Formats: sequence, C-alpha cells, structure tokens
Amino acid sequence: MQAEIRNSILRMLGENGRISVKEIAARLASSENEVAAVIAAMEAEGIIIGYKAVYDESMLPENAVKAIIEVKIRPERQGGFDRIARRLSKFQEVSSLYLVSGGFDLLLEIKGENLNAVAQFVASKLSTMDGVISTSTHFLLKKYKESGKLMQDEEDHERLKVTP
Amino acid sequence: MKDLKSHLSSRVATHISSLPKSGIRDFFELVNTMTDKDVISLGIGEPDFVTPWSIREGSIYSLERGRTSYTSNLGLLSLRKEICKYVGENFGVGYQPADQCIVTVGVSEALDLAIRAISNPGDEIIYHEPCYVSYGPEIRMAHGVPVPVETHERNNFALDPADLERKVTSKTKAMILNFPCNPTGSTLSMEQMEQIAEIAIKHDLIVLSDHIYSELTYTKMLPSIASLPGMAERTIFLHGFSKAFAMTGFRIGYACGPAVLIDAMMKIHQYAMLCASITAQEAAEEALRSGMAEMARMRREYMERRNVIVGCLNKMGLSCFMPEGAFYAFPRISDTGLSSKEFASRLLFEHKVAVVPGTAFGACGEGYVRCAYAASMEHIEEAMTRMETFVKPLLKKS
Repeated sequence: MQAEIRNSILRMLGENGRISVKEIAARLASSENEVAAVIAAMEAEGIIIGYKAVYDESMLPENAVKAIIEVKIRPERQGGFDRIARRLSKFQEVSSLYLVSGGFDLLLEIKGENLNAVAQFVASKLSTMDGVISTSTHFLLKKYKESGKLMQDEEDHERLKVTP
Repeated sequence: MKDLKSHLSSRVATHISSLPKSGIRDFFELVNTMTDKDVISLGIGEPDFVTPWSIREGSIYSLERGRTSYTSNLGLLSLRKEICKYVGENFGVGYQPADQCIVTVGVSEALDLAIRAISNPGDEIIYHEPCYVSYGPEIRMAHGVPVPVETHERNNFALDPADLERKVTSKTKAMILNFPCNPTGSTLSMEQMEQIAEIAIKHDLIVLSDHIYSELTYTKMLPSIASLPGMAERTIFLHGFSKAFAMTGFRIGYACGPAVLIDAMMKIHQYAMLCASITAQEAAEEALRSGMAEMARMRREYMERRNVIVGCLNKMGLSCFMPEGAFYAFPRISDTGLSSKEFASRLLFEHKVAVVPGTAFGACGEGYVRCAYAASMEHIEEAMTRMETFVKPLLKKS
C-alpha cells in the first residue's frame, strides 16, 4: 500500500513537478498531511532527487547544440568502468552518462553553445583521457520526442458531446 | 405532405413506434443547441483517451497486408483464441474458441443477439435500473417484456438479491447484470453475486452478464458470475474492447457462453451482420496481446479523476458514494429542490456544464445526475468549480 502511494506520487510529480500537495491528496483520496509526509520521506531517502522545469533547452545559448557520444573505454583491473565514468561525469558539458551493453561502453549526452564547443570538448578532454579507446559523436538534428513528450501533438478529434 | 407522413407513420411496426425515444437523445439535442465553445461536457460515456498507438498501428499493419476480406461469422479464430485465454485468466471461466465465443460489432450487438436468441414473445427479462439506455428497448424489440428492478443509493446502487427475486414470475426467462454499472459506477460483492446466482439456478434463469466496464474496477476485479458453480451453463458473458482499451470507434465486442446459445446468436449475426470488420478484429487481437500496460495506465488515471470528482461533489454538498468501477459518478441532487432534468438543463445553460439527468437511465434515476469523469483533470476541476457556484445558493435555500 505504501509502495503504491509512493509510486502514484512519483508519477504525478514526474508529470508535473509543480502539482500541489492538496491536488495530489485529492487525486489519491488521501490527506495533505500524509502526502506531505510521504514526499518528505522520499526526499530524505534520495528517491526524489530534485525538481526542475522541462523547457525548450535550445532557448539557452549554452544548450544550442546537443550531441550523443558513444565511447569505448578500457576497463581497469580494479574498478572496471567506474573510475573513468566518474571522471567524465564531472564535466559540466556532460548532461547524462550511462554504461551500456553492446558495441560500445559509455553513452554520453553533451550540450554546448555551438558545434565547435562540443568538438573542442571531444578532442581535448574526452578522447585524450587515459583509458578512452575511441569515440563516435552524433549531433542531434531534430527532436521528435523527449522525456515522453511528443514534439508535435496529435490533433484533437471532436467527440460527441453526450453519449450513453 | 402531412398525409404522407402520417400514412408512413402508420406503417411503422407498432412495437417500434411505441418505443420511447432515449432520454439521452433529448438531452443531446439540447446540448447541441449550445454552440458555445466554453461548454464542458461530463456527459460523454466513452474514454477521452485516443486508442493506444500499438493497437492503431496493428490495424494499419492489417490494412497494409491487404487483410480486407470477410472473416468467419464467429470472427477470426486467432482473435477468439486470445479472447478465451483472456477471459479464462481474468474472469475465472473457460470457453472453447471453436464454438463458445462469437465476435460482434460492439458489445451492443452481442447484447441484442443474446436477447433475441432467447426471447419468445411475452418472455420477461429482468434488469436493474438505473441502467444503460438500451436494455429495456432491446427487450421490447425482441418482443419480450422488460422488467426493471430498482437499485438504491442506500445499497450503493448494487442489486439487492431480495428485490431481484420479488420480480421473478413463471414467465421470467433471464436477467441482465451490468456491474460495474453505467450510470452509477456500482459494483457487486462476491456475496451478492453468489446470492444472485442462487436465484438464477433456483428459478432456472439465463444470466446475461455485461462486463463492458469490468477492467475499470478500482478495487480488485472480481471473477464473472459465470465462474460460480452451476452458472457457466446458464450465463452469456458479454464483453468488448470499447472502454478498457479506449476503442469505442472500432466497434468490437464479444459473447462467450454455452455452445447452443452461441450457435443461436450466430444464426442471427450471420444473417444480419455477417461479421465484424476484419481491420477492427485485428486491432482487438493486438489490444489483447500488447495493450495491458496502457490499459493499466488509463485505469490509474480514471481512479485519480474519480477521487477528485467524488471529493468535490461531496464537498459542495451533493451526496455521492465512492463508486468502485466504470467512469461515472452519480450524485444525489434532490436537495437542491430541482428535478434531474431541471438541474441538468440549468447547469448547462447557466454554467455551461453538461451532465446527464438520472432519469435518462430509468425512472428511479430521478433526483440524481450522471457525471462522466472520462474527461481531462483540467476539465473536471473547472466543471466542479462551476457546479459548486451553481448548487451553493440552491442548497442554502432548501
């Protein structure tokens, strides 16, 4: 039951980070006190990591260009992929970083002001790092869906106003 | 001209011309006179979700492959297999795809077939009111006698087995059950179901169990009454894809039951309809294979909306029980001093919110209105604000 409430609250906050405690309580037929307590607990436990707006990132000059980079690295005797991955994750240009299965090891998402800035990062920071074997950079050209949101919504289709 | 009209009117079969027009139809005409874009409708008995993409994609793929022919009268065997598997796993009763399952054009057709297949002129069929608008008329069209039994707010609109048994006569042929119920959202407990099954067996009645809202149950979904001892051989299980998978426009329903009854229904279906659209049948098959996660997501959302709407209704002073199924709230509005019809039309014209008068679903719906929460949360909240503005002064007065 507790897990169910937690999941419901996470889904609602994931959909709308600004939804009020009052609104969540109404949707769950619960009390505001209980909802506030569950949210506080999840914040304390690090389940809810933060709140931020979903916005058109390209509006900010520092995010004008986005790229996905596949990186092959040499795992180390102690620590495997972790040491290099952690080092890479500290660059502020890197917005996401994943260890993945398949033909390469790390998947990075990079944002920059322009092509040059991203290229510069790859050339000077990424590919020169000890343990990095190769990189393959894909600049994003057009966005169709992001974070579960379609960029172009389906058109509304009018329903009958009253049906049995 | 007028003569011709009255002449033609006299040619309409008497059992059709004597059929009352659906109360919902009247109200629909009324709502349609409002051209205002600002009207919020809580009058719509269908999901506001578009059919999940994987299902739509399945029907596109079917067309791409040139699957445009008739199917077997009973429907595609592959779909019937999926249906029987699904019904077995979720409703506790096993059916044979070969001869115990028929695919129909919406569950409405399945209901019509079932009633026509079992009714001799004068046979009585019992159903609970307030209810879906078709039950009474369907029975009349089949020359049967509709016997409504009232359900009440004090029982959360569940069918009281004792009330049901009082309506049984030597002419009673069958009963129709629809839980979760349109328009009340009511459900039956296992105990009530067992008592109703006992009555069916005692009086040798056929049970038509309309499960169209079953997946939209917000507590645990119960097995079908057909799963109880001695019931499979007297129950026709009616279901469809419209509500659970948001597929109203595809028009796919089905019936499962004893082979003899399904065969009788098939006879009518083959002469009247031939078969349901193959494109829609293949979409339905896709729904059963891959639509469960989407269905669960929609159900979660309906439940949140239910909590909001029922909370708001009670807060503004309209008593409304917490329905455990379907997507309808059925608040009592009699404390406002208005009739259901007055309430609905004044709410519409003065505050631009459409709800359906309870009387559209049977005389005992007087004093109630149906609010469908198959609408966006935003619309529900705005509609509730407007409704509160409307009822506050009325409740104060009385």
